[in-house]
Amino acid sequence: MNERIAPANTAVVSMDDITKTFPGVKALDRVRLDLYPGQVTALVGENGAGKSTTVKILTGIYKPDGGTIRIDGEAVKFTSPNDASDAGITAIHQETVLFDELSVAENIFIGHAPRTKMGLIDKGAMHRAARTLLEEIGAPFSSHTPLRDLGIASKHLVAIARALSVDARVVIMDEPTAALSHKEIEELYALVETLKAQGKAILFISHKFDEIFRIADRYTVFRDGAFVGDGMIADIDESALVTMMVGRSIDQIFPVRNTDTGEEVLRVEGYAHPTEFADIGFSLKRGEILGFYGLVGAGRSEFMQALFGITRPSAGTCTINGTARTIHSPADAVDAGIVYVPEDRGKQGAIIGLPIFQNITLPSLGRTSRKGFLQLAEEFALAREYSQRLDLRAASLDQDVGNLSGGNQQKVVIAKWLATQPQVIILDEPTKGIDIGSKAAVHEFMAELAAQGLSVIMVSSEIPEVIGMSDRVIVMRDGRIVAEIAGDALTPETLVRHAAGIGETRTLEEA
Amino acid sequence: MTDTPLPATGRHVPDRLNSRAHRVLRSWEALLLTVAIAIFIANSLASPYFLDAWNLSDATFNFTEKAMIAFAMALLIISGEIDLSVASIIALASTMMGLAAQYGAGTIELVAIGLVVGLLCGAFNAVFVTVLGLPSIVVTIGTMSLFRGVSYIILGDEAFRGYPDSFSWFGQGYVYWVFTVEMVLFALIAVIYGVVLHKTNFGRAVYAIGNNPTGALFSGIRVQRVKFILFLLTGLMSGVAAVCLTSRLGSTRPSIASGMELEVVTMVVLGGVNILGGSGSIPGVVIAAFVMGLVTFGLGLLNVPGIVMSIVIGLLLIGVIALPRLAAMALNRRKAS
Repeated sequence: MNERIAPANTAVVSMDDITKTFPGVKALDRVRLDLYPGQVTALVGENGAGKSTTVKILTGIYKPDGGTIRIDGEAVKFTSPNDASDAGITAIHQETVLFDELSVAENIFIGHAPRTKMGLIDKGAMHRAARTLLEEIGAPFSSHTPLRDLGIASKHLVAIARALSVDARVVIMDEPTAALSHKEIEELYALVETLKAQGKAILFISHKFDEIFRIADRYTVFRDGAFVGDGMIADIDESALVTMMVGRSIDQIFPVRNTDTGEEVLRVEGYAHPTEFADIGFSLKRGEILGFYGLVGAGRSEFMQALFGITRPSAGTCTINGTARTIHSPADAVDAGIVYVPEDRGKQGAIIGLPIFQNITLPSLGRTSRKGFLQLAEEFALAREYSQRLDLRAASLDQDVGNLSGGNQQKVVIAKWLATQPQVIILDEPTKGIDIGSKAAVHEFMAELAAQGLSVIMVSSEIPEVIGMSDRVIVMRDGRIVAEIAGDALTPETLVRHAAGIGETRTLEEA
Repeated sequence: MTDTPLPATGRHVPDRLNSRAHRVLRSWEALLLTVAIAIFIANSLASPYFLDAWNLSDATFNFTEKAMIAFAMALLIISGEIDLSVASIIALASTMMGLAAQYGAGTIELVAIGLVVGLLCGAFNAVFVTVLGLPSIVVTIGTMSLFRGVSYIILGDEAFRGYPDSFSWFGQGYVYWVFTVEMVLFALIAVIYGVVLHKTNFGRAVYAIGNNPTGALFSGIRVQRVKFILFLLTGLMSGVAAVCLTSRLGSTRPSIASGMELEVVTMVVLGGVNILGGSGSIPGVVIAAFVMGLVTFGLGLLNVPGIVMSIVIGLLLIGVIALPRLAAMALNRRKAS
């Protein structure tokens, strides 16, 4: 365990009675949050609890409707992100906001680059300063590297270097480990320790409890936009924190399922792509949940997108209910009865700007319309039916889907596909970035769908989920299927061994 | 089992919160209509010649041809694309009609040529944007020069005249009393585009694409096909406008309709269409057409020179677009204090 730093008695930042309302939704209702120097505060809550809104208020992107923010005891008002950054608050986002076309040094110093006497950017000084910062955090790349050449983990390091360069006093980390490998996560933890030692106040947002208990000193819990409680991590255990978070106790048992599956629904043979995958073949039965496991970059999502018609495979056949189908576009896939719930909800899933009901009916307009003319009453009926089935939480069906929380947006995307009455539903990382409460609901729902005869393909990197939910698991490595595992052979060790392509088993600390 | 079993029926979510009247009253169209009425009243007070049926009828030529293109352009801009070559398509279509007229083509052939040239130009743009995946603003800036360039090569300093007498019906004819052929065409096209955008699956796809092209693709929308059709429609409408304009002028010069593409885009944006795509309406564009026509006509009656008119139109555009933003800021400030 980490050493406990004596709690500083004054908070750097304290938010009091902060309220924020969006059309039809009260995102935050008089919440409070205190951040202390040299300490990591974990902000814990389900999806829609108001975590992202809080971060946006703290970084000056949103203006609160009420309440006060104090910095060193003095009330401040942020009217722009600049004000927040001047106050020493910096955020490292889930998807880091950086500039791909600029170099690492330029990314670190954009907006506050060292200047020459002429007022031009002093490139020499900038790269020297960048080099020092990169060394400090142990980044293994040069300050001259163009950002687009870096992976996601390295981009995080750049974002952290940037935070250090502005001499930030408060660092917000919004799910920083979501896209990182095991080793990279360890490096991040070390970095957090460095930041703590420098006396920075850190706000850490994560859905992973092992992480929270490993690196946080304090916790603050929100539920449905309201403050529930806060305290020292040392004084609480995991189950008590979960209870605070969801307002009820949840065990992480996966739903018990009847694993009798029916006749073959989907058969894929010889699917190949010039660069991403080769020789993919498998069969899927009615009511079956087929897991796809592999490391990031194993080609699972790439194959799924080819099956859904986004990219065109160079070879391969796809047979549905005994009929060979040619799939050249998502529209073809939907016609054939294959639908895909993407990992990237914001970009590929929901259509922000359109109301909920139009999102749900978009692929089903052929059925709800008459001769190409919209029938609003039928659209609303369809949207109502599926939003109720998924227990959607919204002010109205006419509300912009962009005003919903991430979990509810995911429900809209799933509702959209179920409304097409598909044969096969592909779920790509269905519970990524979703809190425990919603996870259980998604698992429950998947089991229900399978019981009703829908065939499910689930791409997941979470081993408990893969093992808990799947009837059968296909492991991919470097674009190929390396194993198909079912029954008693389905253990974390076999999965990891096949995925990593190594003889020995690696112990798992994550998940 | 967990404590969160899936409920058999979830919570009730109402279909809509705001009534239809509420939505209409708070719309951009309502604001724009107020502006139009204000201009109409101001004009009738400023000039005794304004409230004359024949004068008003003449005034509609200020906007009918542009508006025909603006309806198709509105759909294209809502989908996130743009076509800046429309005025050059008019030039090329008009030149081809003029060329055919020299060889004795009749009215029906001329109209067919105008429409087909428009469609072909639209298809040309569409191939570059949807098949090759190039940005439409770049492609159509290129074809803007290309299409008009062809006209210049064919015509040089000359002009085509000698259109058959019956051809003048489109731009100079009246259907009934003061109602011109162009006005009727304008109304007809407005209704068709209004229905297509607001009442059909195709229109819904246009909005979906404009808001999130990737999400639309992932929802099974045939994004490139929809965009291809939109470019074809814009080309076709430019062809229709070419027929009307050529018929009205009775001659073709290569400089015909020059600069019209920006007036069309102005009309679309003034009508409340988001230049970045995703939102807008046909009623908005209809009202914007009237606003632009009324301003031009009113200032014309007051003998205001053309350059000043374009200044006024520019100010009007910026003013009307800034107004809701200013109002929101004022409202926020009052709330904050």
